[in-house]
Amino acid sequence: MSAVADTHTQEHHHGPARGFTRWLLTTNHKDIGTMYLVFSFTMFLLGGSMAMVIRAELFQPGLQIVQPEFFNQMTTMHGLIMVFGAVMPAFVGLANWMIPMMIGAPDMALPRMNNWSFWLLPCAFLILVSTLFMKGGAPNFGWTFYAPLSTTYGPPSTTFFIFAIHIMGISSIMGAINVIATILNLRAPGMTLMKMPLFVWTWLITAFLLIAVMPVLAGVVTMMLMDINFGTSFFDASGGGDPVLFQHVFWFFGHPEVYIMILPAFGAVSHIIPAFSRKPLFGYASMVYAVGAIALLSFVVWAHHMFTVGIPIAGQLFFMYATMLIAVPTGVKVFNWVATMFRGSLSFETPMLFAVAFVILFTIGGFSGLMLAIAPSDFQYHDTYFVVAHFHYVLVPGAIFGIFASAYFWLPKWTGHMYDETLGKTHFWLSFIGMNLAFFPMHFLGLAGMPRRIPDYALQFADFNMVSSIGAFTFGATQLLFLFIVIKCIRGGKEAPAKPWEGAEGLEWTLPSPAPYHTFETPPEVK
Amino acid sequence: MATNQTYYVPEQSKWPIIATVGLGLTLFGLASILVNGSQGESTTIPWTLFFLGALIMAYMLFGWFGNVIRESRAGLYSPQMDRTFRWGMSWFIFSEVMFFAAFFGALFYVRTFAVPWLGGEGDRGSSAMLWDGFQATWPLTQNPDPSAYPGPKEVIGAWGLPLINTILLVSSSFTVTVAHHGLKAGNRQKVKLWLAATIVLGLSFLTLQAFEYHHAYAELDLTLSSGIYGSTFFMLTGFHGAHVTLGCLMLIIMLVRIFKGHFSADNHFGFEAASWYWHFVDVVWLGLFVFVYIL
Repeated sequence: MSAVADTHTQEHHHGPARGFTRWLLTTNHKDIGTMYLVFSFTMFLLGGSMAMVIRAELFQPGLQIVQPEFFNQMTTMHGLIMVFGAVMPAFVGLANWMIPMMIGAPDMALPRMNNWSFWLLPCAFLILVSTLFMKGGAPNFGWTFYAPLSTTYGPPSTTFFIFAIHIMGISSIMGAINVIATILNLRAPGMTLMKMPLFVWTWLITAFLLIAVMPVLAGVVTMMLMDINFGTSFFDASGGGDPVLFQHVFWFFGHPEVYIMILPAFGAVSHIIPAFSRKPLFGYASMVYAVGAIALLSFVVWAHHMFTVGIPIAGQLFFMYATMLIAVPTGVKVFNWVATMFRGSLSFETPMLFAVAFVILFTIGGFSGLMLAIAPSDFQYHDTYFVVAHFHYVLVPGAIFGIFASAYFWLPKWTGHMYDETLGKTHFWLSFIGMNLAFFPMHFLGLAGMPRRIPDYALQFADFNMVSSIGAFTFGATQLLFLFIVIKCIRGGKEAPAKPWEGAEGLEWTLPSPAPYHTFETPPEVK
Repeated sequence: MATNQTYYVPEQSKWPIIATVGLGLTLFGLASILVNGSQGESTTIPWTLFFLGALIMAYMLFGWFGNVIRESRAGLYSPQMDRTFRWGMSWFIFSEVMFFAAFFGALFYVRTFAVPWLGGEGDRGSSAMLWDGFQATWPLTQNPDPSAYPGPKEVIGAWGLPLINTILLVSSSFTVTVAHHGLKAGNRQKVKLWLAATIVLGLSFLTLQAFEYHHAYAELDLTLSSGIYGSTFFMLTGFHGAHVTLGCLMLIIMLVRIFKGHFSADNHFGFEAASWYWHFVDVVWLGLFVFVYIL
C-alpha cells in the first residue's frame, strides 16, 4: 500500500492557499463542503425571509402587506429556494466534508469537477433570484410549476427560471457522480460495502436517485421551454398534448426528490443516536436494505400527488397501495432508531436533541403522509393546508433538523472547538416550539378546508393562522441564533478533542480536531 | 475491494470557475434572446452575452481537457484514477439515458393515454367532449384544434431515409469496435482507418437527418408546432441528433489524438469513453427507429 499523494502534490501539502483564490479555485473537499454549507445557510435565510412575508400576510384575514401577485411569487420562490438552494446543498456540503473522512479517502474522486458543481449553484440562484426584478415579476405558479400555469399563463421570466433549473440540475448530477465514484472507488482497504458508515450508504443511494431523476426534471423544463418559445404542444390538449403529462413527468422527478432530501438525514441520525445512546446501531443491515427499498419504491409512487387530477381508478389504486408500502421500510428505520435508544445510556446534548425530535416529528409527518396516500381521503385534503402541514413536517423537523443535528455533531471536528452547549440547547428548544406552533395548526386548517397558496382566507381560519404565524416568526428569528453559535464556535471556544462524543464511532473521529487540510493521504486499514 | 495506489488530487484549478462564468453567460444570454425577442425588444446585448459565454465555454473545454490529457500522459494517473473515470463516464451515460427516458415517456403517454382519451376512448373518455368529432389516430395528422395547431400533411415513413440512417449508425458501432480492437492490438494504422470510417458514417447520418428535416419542414408541413406528433418527433430526433453531433466531435478529437501518437494498447480510456458514448447514441437511435418511425 503506497502513499496516496503523488510527488507532484506532495510538495504543496502545506495547507490552503491564501486569499479568496483559496475558495474560488479550490479542489479541497473540506473547502468545497464549507462553501456548500455557507451557501445553503444563506439560501435558508433568503427562503426563510420569503416565508416570513407569507406568514405576515396570513397573520390576519384580508390583504394587508402584499398584493396577491407578489404573494404567489413568494410561495413559489420560497419553495424553490428551500428545496434546491437550502436543503439539497446542505446535504452535499455534509457529503463533501464527511464522506472522504468516513471512508478513509484523500479527497473526493473528482476534485475539480467538485468545485464546478458548487460554483454552478450561486450562478443558478443569481439567475433565479434576478427574476424578482424582471418585467412581469418572478415565477408565480408554485414550486411545482404546473402547466399551463407556467407555460400559457407564466410570466416572461419563466424562461430564465427554466435555465436556472438546468444549471442546478447539471450541478446536482455532477455532484452525485462524484459521490458515487468516491464511495465505490476510494474506500480504505478492508471497508467492504456492508462495513460502510450509514451516512455513506444513504448518500450512495441518494446519489443514484439524483442521477436517475435530475435528467427527468431537465426533460420536463425543456418541454416547457419548447412549449413557451417554440410552439410545441406537449402540455396543450388542443395540439394533442396533455397538461396532465406535465404532472406525470414532474412527479416522476418530484417523488424521488423528496427522498433525496431525507435519506442523508436518515444516515446522519443513524450516527448520532448510537453515539448518544452509547450503543451500536440496532439492525445495521436492515437499515441499509430499508434505504434501498425506500429508494426503489420512490420510483413507483409519483401519481399519489395527482389523485384529484383525473387518473383512471386502476392507477389510483396502484399508486395508493405502492405509497402505503413505503411505510414498511420507513417503519423499520424508526423501529431501529428507537431500539437503539432502548436501554441505552442516553445523554441529551444538542445533536441528540435534534435527532430525537427528528425521529418523533418525522414520524408525525410520515403518518400524515399515510393519510394523504388514501386516495378517497385525499380528495378532501388535496391542495389544502393539510398538505402544507404534511410536507413541512417531513422537511423542517426531518431534513432541516437532520442538518442541524449533523452540524452540531460534527462542528467540533470541523472547527476544533466545542460549540456553546447552552446556546445550542436554546436553539433547539426555540426551533422545536416555533416549528410545532407554526405547522401543527396547519393540519386543522387543512382539514377544515383552507386551501393552500392563497393570500387571504375566510374568517373562521383566523385564530389558527395567527398562532401559525407567531410560531413561524419564532422559528425564523431563532435561526439567527444558529448563525451566532456557529460563528462563535469557529472563532473560539473549548478545545475539542479528537473524539468529543464518547459513544461516537467511525474513521472521522480518529483524526485530530480540527481535521487537517489533507486527510488520509495513506489510507487507514479497516478491520 | 479496490486496491489503493497513488491517487492524484489536483492542485487548485481555474477551469471550474471559468466554466461557471461561461455556462452562466451562455444560458442567461439565451434566455434573454428568447424573452426579449418575444417582447419585440433588442436582442443585441443578449446575443453578445451568448456568444461571449459560448467562447468562454470552448476555451474552457480545450483548456480543461488539455490539462487532463497532459496529466494523464505525464503518468500522474493510477489504475484507481482510471476506475474513477470509468464510473464517472458510466453514470454520466446513465443520466443521459434518463433524459431520453423523459421524452420517450412523454411519447408513450400521449400515444397510449392522452390522444385516445381526447378521441373518446377509455377511462377518461369524457375529455372527448372538448373537441367534438376529433378522431384519435397515430400519427396524429389532424389535431384537436387545427386552427391553433395545423397538423402535418404527412409524416416521415420508416423505410426510406430512416432505414438508411439505421444501417449507417449500426455499422458505425461495428467500425468503432474494430478500431478499438486495433488499438488494443497496437495496430495504429487500423485504428486510423476504422475510426475515420466511423466518423464518416456519423457525419453521413447527420447529413441525411438534415435532409429529412428539410423535407419535413418544406414539403410535409411537419414542424415543431404541428401538434404533438411534431413535438415528440422533433424533440426526440433532435436531441438524438445533438448527441450524435457531440459523439462525432468526441471521435474526431480521438482521431486527432491518435494521429498525435496518444494512447497505448492498455491505456486509452479517452478513446473507450468516446466509443461508449457512440454505442449509447446508437442504442437510442434503435429506440427511436422502432417507436418513432416504425410503430
